[in-house]
Amino acid sequence: MSRDLSAILARHQHDPLRLVQILRDVVEEHGFISPGTITTLAERLSLPRGRVEGVAGFYAFFPTENAGRYRVLFSDNITDRMAGSVELRQRMLEAFQVRDGEVSRDGLVSIGTTSCTGLCDQGPAMLVNGRAIPRLTRARIGSISAMIHGQAPLDTWPANLFDIHTHIERKDLLLSTPLAAGAAIDAAIARGPDATVAQVKASNLRGRGGAGFTTGVKWEMCRAAPGEAHYVVCNADEGEPGTFKDRVLLSDYADLVFEGMTVAAFAVGAKRGFLYLRAEYPFLLAPLEATLAERRKAGLLGKSIRGVADFDFDIEIHVGAGAYVCGEESALIESLEGKRGIPRNRPPYPVTSGYLQQPTVVNNVETLAKAAFVVMHGADWLRVRGTGRSAGTKVLSVSGDVARPGIYELPFGATVREVLDLCGATDVQAVQVGGPSGMLLSRSEQHRRIMFEDVPSAGAFMVFDDSRDILQVLENFASFFAHESCGFCTPCRVGTALQRRMLSALAKGYGTRRDLKDLARVAKVMKASSHCGLGATAGNAALDALEKFKPAFEKRLGTLEVMPTFDLDRSLAPAREVTGRDDDEAHLSHEEEE
Amino acid sequence: MASEKKKLRVATTSLAGCFGCHMSLLDIDERLLELLKLVEFDRSPLTDIKHCGPCDLGIIEGGLCNAENVHVLREFRKSCKVLVAMGACAVNGGLPAQRNHLDIRDCLQTVYMTGTGIRRGFIPNDPELPLPLDRVHPLHDVVKIDYFLPGCPPPADAIWHFLNDLLAGRTPTLGHGLIHYD
Repeated sequence: MSRDLSAILARHQHDPLRLVQILRDVVEEHGFISPGTITTLAERLSLPRGRVEGVAGFYAFFPTENAGRYRVLFSDNITDRMAGSVELRQRMLEAFQVRDGEVSRDGLVSIGTTSCTGLCDQGPAMLVNGRAIPRLTRARIGSISAMIHGQAPLDTWPANLFDIHTHIERKDLLLSTPLAAGAAIDAAIARGPDATVAQVKASNLRGRGGAGFTTGVKWEMCRAAPGEAHYVVCNADEGEPGTFKDRVLLSDYADLVFEGMTVAAFAVGAKRGFLYLRAEYPFLLAPLEATLAERRKAGLLGKSIRGVADFDFDIEIHVGAGAYVCGEESALIESLEGKRGIPRNRPPYPVTSGYLQQPTVVNNVETLAKAAFVVMHGADWLRVRGTGRSAGTKVLSVSGDVARPGIYELPFGATVREVLDLCGATDVQAVQVGGPSGMLLSRSEQHRRIMFEDVPSAGAFMVFDDSRDILQVLENFASFFAHESCGFCTPCRVGTALQRRMLSALAKGYGTRRDLKDLARVAKVMKASSHCGLGATAGNAALDALEKFKPAFEKRLGTLEVMPTFDLDRSLAPAREVTGRDDDEAHLSHEEEE
Repeated sequence: MASEKKKLRVATTSLAGCFGCHMSLLDIDERLLELLKLVEFDRSPLTDIKHCGPCDLGIIEGGLCNAENVHVLREFRKSCKVLVAMGACAVNGGLPAQRNHLDIRDCLQTVYMTGTGIRRGFIPNDPELPLPLDRVHPLHDVVKIDYFLPGCPPPADAIWHFLNDLLAGRTPTLGHGLIHYD
């Protein structure tokens, strides 16, 4: 064991900053991180043991107990559920006689769930030992189960099982403009760093990760900030359920994204860049590394890029380990530094104090891709599309009850109606724009526009038709937030758990009017007092639904002002089972007996 | 004449708690005498009265871990005009709720059958014994609770302040120093 660890540690130069990458390798080779491994790693990296244990315990894809030779995790986004993931998981649990989330007695397999894996256009999806399998059907589950029973190594499984499809349904400015690798870099060099920043500023390009900060201003602040070194980080930790546009940009437009990072590096004076790739996209890793290698060979990365004496820049890919909160830029930087992904206090912002407390630009994948073209073709390239405060286009990830799920690039200002018509949605009950942290729109709001001035979006666009139960949607979102809360601040840690419990009781028909009030109150407390955006937005969907889908709650309410939030009699069933009792005292009535 | 005001009738009980909140109540020390000028106790560990009559105020420590807890809670709700959940267990389930991630069947089996040193064990099944619920619940999961008095236990001063507010007709508020957030 410790010899394997030596090899892993050597591969990462015994660098504590690479702890997350080291632990990834440990899980890859050993399946889980044992207490002994934690002790050894702590000693060899000269870190406190608690620090290593803390990191190991933080990320969903770092099991600290044996998770079986095959760790199966079903993607648990609402779109996976709508496509039948619950039934498929149940079949598999029965096939292996194992309980949800537990390891089978022979140590062969564990079957559980994980947050959205970004394959919503081809769900239901799962991860087996970290490898993604989309388009699950009963037949696929059958053959997967058979291969696990037969203990076939993952590498021998049919390759088509792991095929990830790309569905680009509508191209606009970004996805249809051709790129000659290096052209944007040449344009930046010709113009010089200050003019490059000025141009991005003039284009009014705003962050496509959701927050919408003006990219040029971010670059300008970073460039001006004093520091020993500057860094460029591409945020590809695309964790918002229902979002998969960065996955497609990285699979089909990787050169463009790296071009954007290199231009950003030139503009702010960075020598090193990181692409923080979410762990759910391991299939992108090899192609991305290959693209980087090509770019190094072509002199687009490395020393004296394009012959400019001190323009040195290279990019490392850092893979996450299953933590939604790491999409928050300061949590992402913590994770890059080999720590738990807990958001920092801001200010100071990353532009002045980011990676290793140095000035750092963190941009979304789509933002960087667009920045490359802005530098290449000028500020007006972007501004020919969109609205006054939302220049250009937005790449949307459309999923749910639609005929053609996939990627749609539309000018900012497009109405919800236009998107629904394009993707073939009928009998629409609701649309969740921007993922669970975004906005829930009702049927009557189809005139609303996707733009920063009205309905901002990080890219998700999930459609629910009349057959869907909004409360189940909300329950799914609430479980997601409760699972992904990092636990650092009380309003979010407790609030997300309360929200999940209340919505679960409401969905089961155990709710009262008072619960509706409490639900709104908890959402408002989270919004007002959470440490970061996760908690601040975790109650959005519930608040929207309470306003727009009130009857969906009301028809589930009990008639009493207060009633038990769970089935009292059923909660005695396990004890009845083991004691063999069935007398009167072994039962409880649901309503108070007179 | 006017000072002969009717005393408030108060019941208290400990469900799935440790009696720590009741100990904290006793910690108001000599102020107990002042309190007794204003209230009289119905069912309470202090009086050993077994069942609750009509009361103005019920104070409950501990959450719900078994069927009997549910019956007692319902008796309190039926008898008391105002019901207070006192302490972390009543408010949130508290320490007993630590068992909520375990299967109660496994718990009973381990404790009575497979644990160290147990031979020929069996799980007690006398109808006199209340059956445990599969999970421990806070009080408001089953009945309406009017006020929550947090703390583990709430400090004596907090209890004193809270009761004084309540008796004087003010909505109880625990300010800085009497309430701790984490």
